[in-house]
Amino acid sequence: MDEEMEQGGTIKKFMYVNRKAPHGTIYALESLEVVLIGAAFEQDVSVAFIDDGVYQLTKGQDTKALGVKNFSPTFRALEDYDVTKLYVEKESMEARGLTADDLIVPVSVMSAAEMTAAMNEQDVLLNF
Amino acid sequence: MLHTVNKSPFNHNSLETCLKYAAPGSAVLLIEDGVYAAAQGTAVARQLRDVMKNVPIYALRPDVEARGIQNRVLEGVQLVDYAGFVDLAAEHSSVQSWL
Repeated sequence: MDEEMEQGGTIKKFMYVNRKAPHGTIYALESLEVVLIGAAFEQDVSVAFIDDGVYQLTKGQDTKALGVKNFSPTFRALEDYDVTKLYVEKESMEARGLTADDLIVPVSVMSAAEMTAAMNEQDVLLNF
Repeated sequence: MLHTVNKSPFNHNSLETCLKYAAPGSAVLLIEDGVYAAAQGTAVARQLRDVMKNVPIYALRPDVEARGIQNRVLEGVQLVDYAGFVDLAAEHSSVQSWL
């Protein structure tokens, strides 16, 4: 990344904000695709999960009978793309009867105030 | 940060979540079906009045007029045209579109 800076490249802070459950609409899968594409550009990426977006990270999803892709294991691969800042809003998680142990990847659990602060640091916010 | 909301507050929680994250220094612009939140006498009017003490709320006039609520816009909600939308986007360091 330093080399990139020396060449005049600019690193911006990108946050992807996920608010939709995984299989009812295409938003969650599309978001993950964009995160993976964006990761190739070596930006400072974080991914936030609030409201029903928290459901994207739950363990035990099995879509075989539904006949659609189960993309939840892909969240575990994000680390390989240097996407390690995964933020989950505490209130959204608790309202859905979930704890961090129910999630497929390690995340930072944040209050709404902490999430607001993180959002305000961003150059670009993409909501799904 | 400029927040935009394009969904009716009566069918979605986009506005509710947006307002939770709208910190002082930010602004909220209601567009498309989001402008239904700008009408007087609705179930969200009180919440909007509270938010407007700290965060300005705008509504896109063409969307307001298309939905016939131009004569009953909540006091304090500022109407802007498309050029105003551009100005708001330019004035803020980032834009977040709540879908």
